[in-house]
Amino acid sequence: MTRTGLTIVIIVVVMALVGPLVSPFDPAAQELSLRLVGPTATHWFGLDELGRDVLARVLTGARISLLVGLIVVGVSSIVGTVMGAVAGYFGGVIDEMISRVIDVLMAFPGLLLAIAIVAVLGPSLVNVVLALTIIGWVGYARLVRGQALRVRELEYVSAARASGAGTRRILLHHVIPAVLPAVAVQATLGMGGAIVSEAALSFLGLGVQPPTPSWGTMLSYGRAHLLDAPHVTIFPGLAIAVLVLGFNFLGDGLRDRLDPRA
Amino acid sequence: MLAVLVFLARRLVLTIPVLLGVATLVFSLIHLIPGDPAQSILGEAAVPADVEALRHTLGLDRPLIVQYGGFLAGLVQGNLGTSLRTGEPVTSQIADRIPATFELALAAMVVAIAVAIPLGLAGAVWRGTIADHAAMTMALAGVSIPNFWLGPLLAIVFGVEFGWLPVSGRGGIEHLILPAISLGGALAAIVARLTRATVIEELREQYVTAARSRGASRRRAVLGHAFRNSLIPIVTVVGLQFGAVLTGAVITETIFSWPGIGRLLVQSIGFRDYPMVQGCILFIAVTYVGVNLATDLLYGVLDPRIRYR
Repeated sequence: MTRTGLTIVIIVVVMALVGPLVSPFDPAAQELSLRLVGPTATHWFGLDELGRDVLARVLTGARISLLVGLIVVGVSSIVGTVMGAVAGYFGGVIDEMISRVIDVLMAFPGLLLAIAIVAVLGPSLVNVVLALTIIGWVGYARLVRGQALRVRELEYVSAARASGAGTRRILLHHVIPAVLPAVAVQATLGMGGAIVSEAALSFLGLGVQPPTPSWGTMLSYGRAHLLDAPHVTIFPGLAIAVLVLGFNFLGDGLRDRLDPRA
Repeated sequence: MLAVLVFLARRLVLTIPVLLGVATLVFSLIHLIPGDPAQSILGEAAVPADVEALRHTLGLDRPLIVQYGGFLAGLVQGNLGTSLRTGEPVTSQIADRIPATFELALAAMVVAIAVAIPLGLAGAVWRGTIADHAAMTMALAGVSIPNFWLGPLLAIVFGVEFGWLPVSGRGGIEHLILPAISLGGALAAIVARLTRATVIEELREQYVTAARSRGASRRRAVLGHAFRNSLIPIVTVVGLQFGAVLTGAVITETIFSWPGIGRLLVQSIGFRDYPMVQGCILFIAVTYVGVNLATDLLYGVLDPRIRYR
């Protein structure tokens, strides 16, 4: 399962990088006479409502999706790990404060808070990344806090403390490394989550703005042509499902390997 | 009995700061708008007098602390302000949409459970076989397929190609089928995986072996013993997923033009009707907190071990 997931992810990353070699068409070039034409030998995925090559746009969209996933997961996991480790290790007032913030942010289901944030800040890629990071770090913080509470009671941490190691050293060298496997699993699954979230926001018109190709935006525009040009909807959606499935396979596989109890 | 009451009271009290935090966050939303919110709502071309009038309507000309106090006081009385688009109270417009959203959410959950439990049981009983792998691959695919793709796909196949089902609006049960499947798909996948994992866990317990040694059939051991004991975690997860279903409804309602709160939210964002946006967000978040609380309480009452943690 891990291998299947990794293979899917690698293929998508490579396709995103070498996009122009796969489809020589400019993702922004319009061929209005060919608008909404279905898949042909030249245009494998057909053309969209402005006569743009759907394959070229799916490949460029992959870059946006992967980029958003990487930034959101990267920043969220670092912020969340630090906050969670600090809260769990120190306990007391610091833990109370961080935990209450986590509680309030967790009171908003899934994407709702991200929708709210982007709705007031205005639709853009930067605001999507910001909103997804604001809701994203909480999951890591909660995970790491729980683990840190456990780790700080372990003998090797007590031994390190007894031998004069400072708080910073204990956190960086003992607590955080112990929680990293769990964070890695969550981050892998989080890549899929961030990619779907970006696409969902873009689908609602709150994310990446045209003409930048994003899978969610493509699906949103495809809706108007479900009857006459279903290919405009089918291919970007397939791309999301395949990439997310890849990350989910990879995350599940990693969890089985790193955490035999799960 | 006393332990149950103490548990219930403590859980209820713990919810108050969370609700206050949610209200504060929703209140601050309008102040996150870059620049002057009133100017942003009316657009750059608006005349200063109109901007000033809107600032007054929204209460933005009052000190922040007074605005906050007014917001909380209104909330307690069920007053969420007036829609900028229709001029009607936000609460009454949300109330009008509640039945549609709840109908859709419940239908999605019914679909999810009806699909997931047989799938999960099959995975657990025939663990490691092709049937198990097929069921779990299907479940993982279900988690990975976003509802904003599944929805249009279902519409293409069953609405457009076969013409069996309507693809927009609310009406009879036939209007409910496609949106409910599209919204329930991801939940079905989660519940199927959970059912499989919990039933496998329970099947290892000694009481199952004991039941089998007393001559209970395999079918009875699985359904009457292992599955019955798996129900508590399954019900809990379904309850906790209600929030995800509500958020998913924002997208599903948009796809199928379903006249619920999610569609109202998306439309209000488009019209920059911020009081309505705040109202919808608050309503969904508070419902989510409420359902989670109810799930927790039920769990605590059903399973005495939880109360003493």
